[in-house]
Amino acid sequence: MAADSETLRQQIRESIKTQKRPTVTVLSSLLAVQDSLGYLPDEAIEEVAAHSKATINEVWGVASFYTNFRFTPPAKHVVEVCWGPTCHLVGATGIIQGLLDEFKLSGEGDTPDGRVTLRYNTCLGACAQGPVMMVDHHLAGRVTPETARAKVKSLGDTNGHR
Amino acid sequence: MATYEELKQGAERRWKELNSRPWIRVGTAMCGQAAGALEVVATLKAKLAARKIDAVVSEVGCLGLCYAEPIVDVAKPGKARLLLGNVTPADVDAIVDGYLASNRVPPQKALGYLAAAGQAPLAGVPDFKALSGYGKQNRVALRNGGHIDPTDIFQYIATGGYAGLNKALSAMKPADVIKEVTDSGLRGRGGAAFPTGVKWSFLVRSNAPRKYILCNCEEGDPGAFNDKTILESDPHTLLEGITIGGYATGSTNGYVFIRHGHDGPINRTEAAIQQAYKAGLLGKNILGTNFSFDIEVALTGESYVAGEETALMEAIEGHRSMPRARPPFPAAYGVWGRPSNINNVKTLAYAPEIISKGAAWFSSIGVNKSKGTAIVCLTGHVQRPGIYEVAMGLTLGEVINDIGGGVSGGKQLKLLQTGGPLGGVLSAASTTVTIDFDEMAKAGAILGSGGIIVADSDTCAVDLTRNLVAFCQFESCGKCFPCRIGTTNLLEIVDRIVTCQTRPGDLELMRSIGKTIQAGSLCGHGQLGFNPIRSALQHFAADFDAHMKTGKCATGGCEKPRLSPTNTRPFAQEATPEAALTGRPA
Repeated sequence: MAADSETLRQQIRESIKTQKRPTVTVLSSLLAVQDSLGYLPDEAIEEVAAHSKATINEVWGVASFYTNFRFTPPAKHVVEVCWGPTCHLVGATGIIQGLLDEFKLSGEGDTPDGRVTLRYNTCLGACAQGPVMMVDHHLAGRVTPETARAKVKSLGDTNGHR
Repeated sequence: MATYEELKQGAERRWKELNSRPWIRVGTAMCGQAAGALEVVATLKAKLAARKIDAVVSEVGCLGLCYAEPIVDVAKPGKARLLLGNVTPADVDAIVDGYLASNRVPPQKALGYLAAAGQAPLAGVPDFKALSGYGKQNRVALRNGGHIDPTDIFQYIATGGYAGLNKALSAMKPADVIKEVTDSGLRGRGGAAFPTGVKWSFLVRSNAPRKYILCNCEEGDPGAFNDKTILESDPHTLLEGITIGGYATGSTNGYVFIRHGHDGPINRTEAAIQQAYKAGLLGKNILGTNFSFDIEVALTGESYVAGEETALMEAIEGHRSMPRARPPFPAAYGVWGRPSNINNVKTLAYAPEIISKGAAWFSSIGVNKSKGTAIVCLTGHVQRPGIYEVAMGLTLGEVINDIGGGVSGGKQLKLLQTGGPLGGVLSAASTTVTIDFDEMAKAGAILGSGGIIVADSDTCAVDLTRNLVAFCQFESCGKCFPCRIGTTNLLEIVDRIVTCQTRPGDLELMRSIGKTIQAGSLCGHGQLGFNPIRSALQHFAADFDAHMKTGKCATGGCEKPRLSPTNTRPFAQEATPEAALTGRPA
């Protein structure tokens, strides 16, 4: 169940207010909310607009631009696979195809049971260990289609990415 | 406030104390983490606690030998360091019970020993410096990588850190610092290779009360991770470099700009900033002088174009990271409208050593007009992938064969992709090209971000080109329509070529779109966006011909499924009239 709107707003205001970096902007506030909730509900757009004295449209303009923001609650686990040229050369497509089969997905997105979000990433920053994937913020390198599937099969039912 | 000498004395005491006990260093930069280093650290700590052994375990940065990660480095007091490679949690018993307790070296895992002056070599273990992956490096910006704990400022000071800043503040005028950097021949490592000292001098001309030094660690280039590695291995060398730049240009503030989600670099940089403030090396009256300077971290969301200098400023201000028109240039009108200077991480990380050892020392490394070192990220079909800091002037072939051990699986080299996805591709004949800004440009390539991606003879050039074009299309920020629409058109055409469904005139159409993108885009993303196709057509026409004329991929490399990320930007997929009115995705 979604938290009721006022509780959600309080949580959002708290994460905007407690940002630790001195420069506070629309973007930094949106990132702070996304870190705390895992997504940006409508309330987040409104609260960030109010806090930054920006318009709703300005805030949406920023939120809709960066590809790491999402607008619905994330699944319990986030699995990211790199498709950069290095990982592509050493077998990323096989990893991705294996995971798509495993999750019965046809592309990026959430599994219908809300257990896993699959994302492609342009570079996870550990190219020398390619192919690289990331499961709930934990990097894994030199994966094969088999080890990748084993990794996501062992994911539990608890929320893994906050 | 402590003087530099007092800090140095404290740091030396700390260094002595560290070396009086067994000291185990584990490389846990992103590369090490991907290889499983965090599990090794946890197992090590548990084992040491269970055995009640008084040893220090430090998470350190990178030695460059990514192929051997996780690397564990065990130092016993007074003895040479033992470096072990490809360590798993199962090897921890052999490290603790075998080596620490009874001096038995685990033979299969030993990479080598590192002996300080006067220390005896370890019996039965090769010299680590004789490994080509380490011995052929010339580590300047990465000099501390893998050797010190990046979150301990005193280890940095004990190994000579902040000596450059101290020298600049106590013995040099700002103009002397700029002259030193200019004389060193240092050129920007972000891609444009502009002389750093000259760039700094532009900022000096403005006497605005607030001026900024911006350090770009956006590093969205697939295949390059050297900026992040510097932040994870030795963030203080960057902070010292930024502060020296701040002093030289009369600036007041610095930003380190990092992509959200890269937690290792972010956390280690922020820890370092806090320590520098505490030690009086940042903030008001640094080291008791009149110079004050602040540094903070600014994060960007995921967007490749955010690494472009004016888009970067937009992102710091909290907007969409879209490039600005120039002029006005950043030195006149930068972030928050104030004069700003933007340098890449690597560029700034050289400054401390240039100041402390002098311009002549730095310019003695390298060749021609490319002074100093290049930090290359060697990846792909190569025996020993890694991040190697080498003197400029080596050939690409020397890096790939001598340091990287050649193409993996004994196959032949087919192509190289250098300088980030927009740098284009090179043929196998390019192994004679030297790593030198101007020589690489002559060969039609760029050193750029330092990525060198190796592809073997089983690779289809069309398949790799498709990957690069898909990246270019996905990451176009959308501001300039030639780039936004042109890259989409190019991807459509390349997709037709990949699937052997080419239409007559496709090649001419691609060339014409390429010209338009180049002429009609504000920033390098569009200006260089045709490079992957242009260079692939130039060097690998046969692969394109096979697809277009015979209707069959020559290598079979294109049988793989073709994947592109969904464009998750909410308006991109189904913009409804309602969404346009309310400003919200449907």
